[in-house]
Amino acid sequence: MSLDVNTIFQIAGIGIIVAMIQTVLKQMGKEDWAQWVTLIGFIVILYMAATLIDDLFEKIRQVFLNM
Amino acid sequence: MDILQIVGLGLAATFLALVLKEKNQVFALVVSVAASVFILLMLIDQIQLVMNMLKSMAKNAHLNNVYVATIIKIIGIAYISEFGAQIAKDAGQGSMAGKIELAGKIIILVMAIPILTAIVETIMNLMPQMGGG
Repeated sequence: MSLDVNTIFQIAGIGIIVAMIQTVLKQMGKEDWAQWVTLIGFIVILYMAATLIDDLFEKIRQVFLNM
Repeated sequence: MDILQIVGLGLAATFLALVLKEKNQVFALVVSVAASVFILLMLIDQIQLVMNMLKSMAKNAHLNNVYVATIIKIIGIAYISEFGAQIAKDAGQGSMAGKIELAGKIIILVMAIPILTAIVETIMNLMPQMGGG
């Protein structure tokens, strides 16, 4: 296996931490900062998921299009 | 034991997505997408074995290589479009899932055109008054 399961747990961990930071920032009254943190976290997570999906598509192309 | 790994991974991803869902819906969706991609990546080696068996059987039977390649491509398109449609359905976008499935069906139909033509031609040749005629 070229990549490991850790990516899923990393994504979930980033999600939980971002949610915590968001709560804290909202209680401090900095709503705009909370929004920025959510956006950055979402971009990071999306990049990781996109890398995984790219890997999958490459593998599928290799299996099904390679006669 | 591959199946134990896959089921355990799926359950862990399910619980993580449940925890994340009440905080942030999008993050839960990304976790489930990553888990499903990972499960498919674990399965693709087995799929490759099956496809290799199909190819070798077709080679032994002296089938036309173009038809076998088309059938295998169609199977791949079916898997991919099903995967995308299920992700879209998970996100609550039922109409987008429907469009993805429609695109998969139409592309499969277009790729099957040579096979359909070959079948029709074979049937025409079987009928003497039309094919010979």
